[in-house]
Amino acid sequence: MVDRIADIWGTRTPYAREEQWPSRVDQKLSAELTDSDVDEWVQSACVLCSNGCACDIAVKDGEMVGVRGRETDAVNRGRLGPKGLFASWQGMRNRARLTQPLIRENGELVPTDWETAMSRIVGRSTELLDEVGPLSHGFYTSGQLFLEEYYALGVIGKAGLGTPHMDGNTRLCTATAAAAMKESFGSDGQPGCYEDIDCCDAVFLYGHNMAETQTVLWARVLDRLTGADRPALVCIDPRRTEVADHADVHLAVRPGTNLALMNALVRELFVNDWIDRDYIEEHTLGVEELRRAVDEWTPERAAEVCAVAAEDIRRAAQIFGTSQRVLSTVLQGFYQASQATAASCQVNNLHLLRGKLGTPGNGVLQMNGQPTAQNTRETGADGDLPGFRNWENPDHIAELAKLWDVDTDTIPHWAPPTHAMQIFRYAEQGSIKLLWVSATNPAVSMPEAERIRRILAESGLFLVVQDLYLTETARFADVVLPAAGWGEKQGTFTNVDRTVHLADKAVDPPGEARSDFEIFLDYATRMGLSTKSGRPLLDWETPEDAFEAWKECSRGRLCDYTGITYDRLRGGSGIPWPCNEEHPDGRRRLYEDGCFSTGFEECETFGHDLLTGATVGPLRYRSMDPAGRALLKTAEFTSAPEIPDESYPLRFTTGRTAYHFHTRTKTGRSSQLQGAAPSAWVEISEHDAQAFGIAEGDIVRVASRRGEIRVPARIGSVSDGTVFAPFHYGYWERQEAGETRPEDEPTAANELTLTEWDPVSKQPQFKNAAVRIQRIAAGSGPAPAPTTTASRPIRRTSMPPTVGGEDGQAEERFPTDTVKEDAL
Amino acid sequence: MKLPVYLGMVRSAESVLASSLRKIGDGHGSEPDVYFICHTLADQCEAHEQLLAPIVDRYGEQPDDEPERLHAAELDDTRSGPLGLLRDLQDLHLLTTFVDFTYTLVEQAAAALRDDELLDVVADCVGETSTQADWLRTRAKQAAPQALIAAE
Repeated sequence: MVDRIADIWGTRTPYAREEQWPSRVDQKLSAELTDSDVDEWVQSACVLCSNGCACDIAVKDGEMVGVRGRETDAVNRGRLGPKGLFASWQGMRNRARLTQPLIRENGELVPTDWETAMSRIVGRSTELLDEVGPLSHGFYTSGQLFLEEYYALGVIGKAGLGTPHMDGNTRLCTATAAAAMKESFGSDGQPGCYEDIDCCDAVFLYGHNMAETQTVLWARVLDRLTGADRPALVCIDPRRTEVADHADVHLAVRPGTNLALMNALVRELFVNDWIDRDYIEEHTLGVEELRRAVDEWTPERAAEVCAVAAEDIRRAAQIFGTSQRVLSTVLQGFYQASQATAASCQVNNLHLLRGKLGTPGNGVLQMNGQPTAQNTRETGADGDLPGFRNWENPDHIAELAKLWDVDTDTIPHWAPPTHAMQIFRYAEQGSIKLLWVSATNPAVSMPEAERIRRILAESGLFLVVQDLYLTETARFADVVLPAAGWGEKQGTFTNVDRTVHLADKAVDPPGEARSDFEIFLDYATRMGLSTKSGRPLLDWETPEDAFEAWKECSRGRLCDYTGITYDRLRGGSGIPWPCNEEHPDGRRRLYEDGCFSTGFEECETFGHDLLTGATVGPLRYRSMDPAGRALLKTAEFTSAPEIPDESYPLRFTTGRTAYHFHTRTKTGRSSQLQGAAPSAWVEISEHDAQAFGIAEGDIVRVASRRGEIRVPARIGSVSDGTVFAPFHYGYWERQEAGETRPEDEPTAANELTLTEWDPVSKQPQFKNAAVRIQRIAAGSGPAPAPTTTASRPIRRTSMPPTVGGEDGQAEERFPTDTVKEDAL
Repeated sequence: MKLPVYLGMVRSAESVLASSLRKIGDGHGSEPDVYFICHTLADQCEAHEQLLAPIVDRYGEQPDDEPERLHAAELDDTRSGPLGLLRDLQDLHLLTTFVDFTYTLVEQAAAALRDDELLDVVADCVGETSTQADWLRTRAKQAAPQALIAAE
């Protein structure tokens, strides 16, 4: 048994380059239970980060009582992280779950039945379609439902109602990953895979605190770092994270300056001739423009802008430029910062310039933040069309119309689907009058929380919220629908490296809760949405029916699922797409031949100007004629939209802790995780603590132009001049305890963030705002921040370490040992 | 030689476009992308003016003695609401078109004069002007259905 709160990544299983990552089977059962008490193990995969760890759910007496990693799966080889071990099942099994629909009567939410709740939705929906048309409807979904559910929603919105206003909270976490791949490679679709970790010589993590965001993936990297042929490690992050601690080079960039750093790294490749001219000539477009764009970015110039040492930039570039096999991973430090798409495209450019892409160990992982974000992007439940189709390509629209048997005119394609921030703006202006939110909590997770609360409370907005719990957002709703969640319904989902897993139903949902799939189908039926030939638009009964329909939609596209069935997903390992006749077991890497998805008829986008987001359009794209060549794109560096000044002298940035996911809807219900990181804090540097007279644990007020939070301070390892806050801490516990306005004692990081987004990916900039800090009271002890992560105190004296105790113990089994024991 | 007339026209049009972008950006501050991008584009216009300065110093600037039928007049007020945003973006687009066309004619003269320095300046500026127009068109196209159909 190992305390997996104290030891987040578990026991090391070192391995050398090109060896298979050894198995380690992690298991957690409810206290007092042993394996023999379990009635049944039901196959699934974890939805508490984007890694997609395969697992089996332990069921006893119709309840989820634990979880175990699947040894046979290529993604995790049996491992689970703390969130999966402790929250995946305990997060569902809580008495606060919604068990019946609620409707607003005289200002109060009161329990009702499904018939009444759905009739109310359908009534308002029909009324608005008659009065205004589909532009009155907006749908804001998640990165945590299943593929089948997103596809159902996508078809309802695009082929049934015909509204362009559909997006997911994937806009907040993964939109830039998709945008960067579309701009560089012509389509969404991850070039690399996790096996690239097993055979690379260098790993670069760009704004990616993998140790806390994807703990099992980091365990894989740690096992390489502690094995033979240790790969070099380069970390770009303003905090001294666990990743930074292991790095050969740590570039602690000033928030808001990623593109300047990337320009310098790209320039170093040119200057030192660490480029593959043949590959560039044959497989890329735009090298001259790129060369010119980075020309002025000497390491010295970038060093000054980014507040890092020029020598460190040179060392990092040398590692990139001279390693035989190099892997890059990118996440929110780039995606949620200014010039997100341009900076992330520069990562792609580094690989393209060296011709290091799509072969073993040479990979790019433009990461996702959420478990099923990939499916939101694929199925058209967000600001994309299903199957990576191009809204500017009439042939693609015609394909969809034929597939769905609807008029091409029904499918909105006069502009890109509306992104989430714009959907909320239209709601604010009153032109979106029905907003349907599923499995997401914008009241806490969107920037400028006070504004979002104001929009959700607009009297003219009919708000439907479907979720597991009465979240901060659900409290604003006109109708609340109780949803079944993980383990209570069936469906598939796809992780960062395109691996598809099946999640089977293990137990019945509580009370009258229904799966999101059933809810969407019910709405479609009640609305009478139908095809041209008069059949029901969603002619499905089970998730598997929807999966089969989706396969047809994906046929011939990059994300081809046609070779996958539910049965094939049972038993062994997950299967990566594309999976079809050509690749019956799935394709591990994309673009190994240097042929990209940029052909005119194939591409998902004709691209954008990365500075402004201006569309390139079909005419110019055709004249450029990329024809399978990748595009080397970047933008001119501009300073972040809000920079510190006299009134707000510090930079504010936000992020995750290893112990929580999002707004803690599930992780906050696990005593182990909640105990490890019970409440909000901010992190400041020792220098700033002295400057502002702040001691460890003191209560501080951190204020921006939008709002303030009042929380304890941790004297930690952030760079001087930077304040970090975890974004997990909203108000639901205090609301459940009966407080009516807990936001009057604010703790949510998004009280401070600003409303602005990347011009191409439209991802909000959570990682850059100007703030001031002030001590307001002495604390009652150290800040409630974990000591095991990037939030550890700079001085480790006399502070109790973060441990899980008895409850935090989880089993680890090493299958090779088991074999030996059996032999004895 | 009348090239100085056109150099004066393009320089003043860039200046007018810069201040108009800032005004419209500020006036639509509740559309944060409009606010920030307008200011970024205004910075570009001012950089273009700087690039043009040595050329103007060389050729001189000459007022046009033709009667003004159409000239780049600064937008001095912003409208409000979704429809107002469309109208303001459209006005800005007209200004960028004026700048773009003026550069086209300056470029012709520069080619005939074999003035490489001026050709380089035009090449640097006109690409950005064209992207400015593209962005205005992109943004207005996206906003149009909602503003013209659903907004009150």
